[in-house]
Amino acid sequence: MSSLDRKLWRDLWGMKGQALAIAMVISSGVATFVMSLSTLHSLKLTQAVFYRDYHFADVFASLKRAPESLRESIREIPGVQQVETRIAAAANLDLPDYPDPATGRLVSTGQFGEALLNQLYLREGRLVDPAHDDEVIVSEAFAEAHGYRPGDEIAAILNGRRKELTIVGIALAPEFIYQIRPGDMFPDFAGYGILWMAHEPLANAFDMDGAFNDVAITLAANASAEDVILRLDELLARYGGLGAYARKDQVSHRYLSEEFKQLEQMATMFPTIFLGVAAFLLNVVVSRLVRTQREEIATLKAFGYSNLDITEHFAKLIIVIVLFGVAAGTLLGVWFGQGLSSLYSDFYKFPFLHYDLQPRVPVLAALISIGAALLGTLYAVMQAARQPPAEAMRPEPPAAYRVSVVEKLGLKSWLSSPTRMIVRNLERRPVKSLLTSVGIAFSCAILMVGTFSSDAVDYMMNVQFGLAQRDDISVTFVEPTSYRAFYDLLSLPGVEYGEVFRAVPTRLRFEHREYRTSIQGFDADADLMKLLDENLNPIELPPDGLLLTDQLAVLLGAKPGDVLTIEVLEGARPVHQVQLAAVVKEFIGVSAYMRRDALNRLMREGDAISGAFLSADARYQEAIYEELEGMPRIAGTVVRKKAMQSFEDTMAQTVLTFAFFNTLLAGSIAFGVVYNSARIALSERSRELASLRVLGFTRGEVSYILLGELAVLTVIAVPLGFLVGYALCFSMSEGLQTDLFRIPLILDTSTYSFSAAVVLVASAISGLIVRRKVDHLDLVAVLKTRE
Amino acid sequence: MAVKTPATTPKTVVFRTAGLTKVYDMGEVQVKALRGVDLELYSGELVVLLGPSGSGKSTLVNILGGLDTATSGRVTYHDKDLTKATDRELTDYRRYHVGFVFQFYNLIPSLTARENVAVVTEIARDPMKPEDALAIVGLGDRLDHFPAQLSGGQQQRVAIARAIAKNPSVLLCDEPTGALDSETGVVVLEALERANRELGTTTVIITHNADIQGMADRVMNVHDGLISDVHENATKKQARELRW
Repeated sequence: MSSLDRKLWRDLWGMKGQALAIAMVISSGVATFVMSLSTLHSLKLTQAVFYRDYHFADVFASLKRAPESLRESIREIPGVQQVETRIAAAANLDLPDYPDPATGRLVSTGQFGEALLNQLYLREGRLVDPAHDDEVIVSEAFAEAHGYRPGDEIAAILNGRRKELTIVGIALAPEFIYQIRPGDMFPDFAGYGILWMAHEPLANAFDMDGAFNDVAITLAANASAEDVILRLDELLARYGGLGAYARKDQVSHRYLSEEFKQLEQMATMFPTIFLGVAAFLLNVVVSRLVRTQREEIATLKAFGYSNLDITEHFAKLIIVIVLFGVAAGTLLGVWFGQGLSSLYSDFYKFPFLHYDLQPRVPVLAALISIGAALLGTLYAVMQAARQPPAEAMRPEPPAAYRVSVVEKLGLKSWLSSPTRMIVRNLERRPVKSLLTSVGIAFSCAILMVGTFSSDAVDYMMNVQFGLAQRDDISVTFVEPTSYRAFYDLLSLPGVEYGEVFRAVPTRLRFEHREYRTSIQGFDADADLMKLLDENLNPIELPPDGLLLTDQLAVLLGAKPGDVLTIEVLEGARPVHQVQLAAVVKEFIGVSAYMRRDALNRLMREGDAISGAFLSADARYQEAIYEELEGMPRIAGTVVRKKAMQSFEDTMAQTVLTFAFFNTLLAGSIAFGVVYNSARIALSERSRELASLRVLGFTRGEVSYILLGELAVLTVIAVPLGFLVGYALCFSMSEGLQTDLFRIPLILDTSTYSFSAAVVLVASAISGLIVRRKVDHLDLVAVLKTRE
Repeated sequence: MAVKTPATTPKTVVFRTAGLTKVYDMGEVQVKALRGVDLELYSGELVVLLGPSGSGKSTLVNILGGLDTATSGRVTYHDKDLTKATDRELTDYRRYHVGFVFQFYNLIPSLTARENVAVVTEIARDPMKPEDALAIVGLGDRLDHFPAQLSGGQQQRVAIARAIAKNPSVLLCDEPTGALDSETGVVVLEALERANRELGTTTVIITHNADIQGMADRVMNVHDGLISDVHENATKKQARELRW
C-alpha cells in the first residue's frame, strides 16, 4: 500500500461518522434499485418460464356455443399454430366452510386428457380422471383461502343443478397468475376460485356436447395477432363470439404488466433521488475535506505529486465510501427484494418464485453511484488540485459575511447575536442552504410516495363502495331474463329493497378506435348504483344516449356529443349509432352506461334484465345466500363486504411493510443530510464556537448557533418536501392511468403529518449526536490549532 | 551552460533570474512582492536569504521552487526556463529536483514520520530509504510516530528528511526555524548543514533571523521586493555555534 493510500484509510477513519451517513444514503438508493430490479427480473423470469413451459396462449376468445368442427377452421387461419377449444362457465359455489356466497370459474381441462395450452402446474394431488364426472382441480389461492386439500368436497351449481365435487388436485395456471373476478377491483381469493373439470362432465352440465364456448390459440413465429383476431372474430361472429383479444389484453397478464411498470418506475425514481442526495452530500463533505486539507494538498504538490495524483487520491476516497454503500445497499436490497417478492406472492400466484439477483444489477448500481458521486465531487477536487501550491499554503481568507436581509428589513434589534449569526450564515451560502433543505425535503417526499398508494386505494374503495355501488348483494342471471324474475328476488326473506340492471356485451367504435366492454343499463331512479360526475356528484341518467367512464372516452377519443357505433355481441348482434351524452368518473375498470329502457329498446327486447342489486337485512344474509344457491337461473352472487375486509387486511400488511422500509430509507436521507451538515458546520466553526465558550457562552447557547441553522433548514424542508412529494405522487398517478384502474392523486393529512414527523425525528436525532460533540469541544486544543 | 567566475574556482550556476517581478491581486489592492530580482545561485552552496517579513523572500523561493509563477521576468534552472514551463513540467521539476522545508512543517497528520518521508520517496527517482533520511536528521528512533506525537523541532526534522530523501539538487527552506525556539532551531539547522555538506545539495534558507546568516556561503539581503545586497562569508560558522 502506498503512503498516500494509507493516508486515505486514516482520513476515512477520521471521518467515519460522516462517511457512514453518506454510505447509508447511497445504500438506500442502491437498496431500492437492487430491490426493484431484482424483483422485477425474478418476476419476469418466472413469468416467462411459466408461460413457456405451460404453454400460455397468445389469443383468447369466448363465444356462446360453436360446434367442435369449427376447430379445424380456426386452425386454418394463417398464423395460427395451436388451437385449444374448451368450455368455460361461471357457477355459484356451495362451500361447507364458507357461509358467504362464492363464485367460481369452471374451465375444462383438455378434451383428450391434459390441455394443450394454458396447462396446469399441479401443486398437489393429480389431474382429473375423465372417467369420473365429480372430480375437480381448484386454484391454489382459492384452496389456500379455505385450507382445502385433495379429498375435500365442495358443491357447485352447474347450470342450475347442484353438483357435489371432490377436489383431486390443487393447481396454478399461467392464465390465472392474478386471480380476479371479472369486473372486480381487488382479488377475493375466498369468494372466487378457478375450478378445472374434465371436458365431458362440464359439456354435459352446460349442454355443450360436441361444442365449445371458449378458445385459446398460440401463434406461429411471425404471425400478427391483429390479423388472426380479425379472422377469428369473423369466424366466431355467428356463434355468438364476444370478440377475441390478444395476450396483452388478458386480465392476469395485464395486471402483471402494470405491476412491472410500477416496479420499473420505482427502480428509476427512488435511486435517482437517493443518489442525487448522496452526490450532494459527498460534494459538501469532500469540499470541506479538501478545504481542510488544502495545505496537505499543496505540500504533496510541492513534492511533485501531479494534479492527476491528487484527483485520483480523493476519487479513491469517494469510491471507497460509495462501494461501501453499494455493498450494504445490495445486501439490504436483496433482503427487501425477498420481502417484496413474498408480498407479491400474496397477490400473484406463481408455481415457483426464484429470487434471483443478477450480478450486473449491483455492478450497475456501483457504476451509477460512483458516477453520480464523482460528478458531485470532481469539481471540488479538481479545483483543489489546480490551485498553485504556494497559494494553497496560505491560510484561507476569513469567510466574507454580510449583514443579512432579515436584519436590513429592520428586524435587527429583534435578533440576538446568536440568531444573527445563524441568519448571516444561512445567507452567506444560499445555494448550499437551499440544497440542504432540498435534500431533507426529498426524504419527506419519499415518505409521501410510499404511503400515497394506500391513501389512493382507501379513497377508491370509499368512492366505489360508499358513493357508487351501495348494494349488499348483486345477483346475475345466467341469461337475460324477464322482469318477473326480480320479484322472486324481492320476495326473499330479509331483502328490503332491490333494483335491476341489464348488461349487454358490446364493441364500441369511434373513428378508428374500438373497445370491448358491456353496456350497463340502470333505471333512471337507481339508488343502489350511482354514476358520478367529476366532482363525485350523482349524475342523472339521460333518457337516451350513452355514458362512458372518463378513461374509456379518452381511449376512444370521444367527447360528449360525438356519435359512437355500438356493435352488440349477443342475440341478433344489432349495430347502432348512439350519441355520447356524458362521461362519468370511475377509478376502476371502464364501462359504458345507458338507461335500461333505452338499452332494451336498442336490443329490441321487452323489459329484460340481466341481474339485480339487493339491499338486505344483515341478519338474514346467510339465509338469502342459501336461497339464492338453490335458484336455477342464477349464475353468480357477489357480496363485496367480506372480500373488501380481507383485501383491506392484506393491504394493511403491505402498507405496513412498505411504511417500515420507507421510514428506514427516507430517515437515512434526513439523517444523512442533517448529520453531515452539522458535522461540517462544527468543523468549520469549531474555533468560533470554542471562542464563544471561552467568552462564557453555555453549551446550550453554542449548540443553538450550530443547530439552530439546521433547525431552520429542516423547517423550510418540510413544506418543500410536501410540494416535491405531491409532484412525485402526481407523476406516479399519471403514469398509472390505464383502463384497469386510475390511481387518484389523494394524499391524506395523516400522510403529510407522518412524513413530516419522520423527517423531524431523524433530524433531531442527528442533531443530538452532533450536540454531544459540541459538549466535548476541547477549548484549549481548538484554540491552539492553526486554521 | 553559463559559467561565472567570481572568485577562485569556477562554479556551476543552478538558478538564474532576470527582472523577476510578482504582483498579487488582493481584490482592490495590488501588492508588488517582487520588483525585478536578478540573482544567480551556484551548485552546492548554502545561501541565506535574509529579510524582514513581507520583503518578498518567500515569494522568490516559491517561484524558484515552481510553486508559484512570476508576473514577469525570467527564471532558469540550469538551462531550463521555468517561466515557460507547463504545469506538468513544473510538477516533474518539483518531483525530481527540488526539496522543500516549510515554516510550519506541513507534515501529513495522518501519516507517521516514516510514511511522511515515504510519500515523497515513492514517487522520486533513485531516492534514499526513508529510514536513512530520518537517520541523517537524527530521528532514526522516531520512525513510527505520528506528527502529533513529535515536538516542533522533531516535526521540522521529519520535514527535512522528507525534503532530502529524494536526493534533490536543490533544497529550499522557508523559515525552517521560524516556529522553533533557539535550541531546537539549531538542531534543525545542523540537519540542513549536514545535508548540504554530505549530499552537496544547493541549499537556500529563508529567514528573518540575522543570526543564522553566519552559516551561509553567501548571504543575500532582500528588501521591499529587491535584493539589496549580496556578500560572501569569509569564514563560515558551524550551525552549532549559532545562538539567538
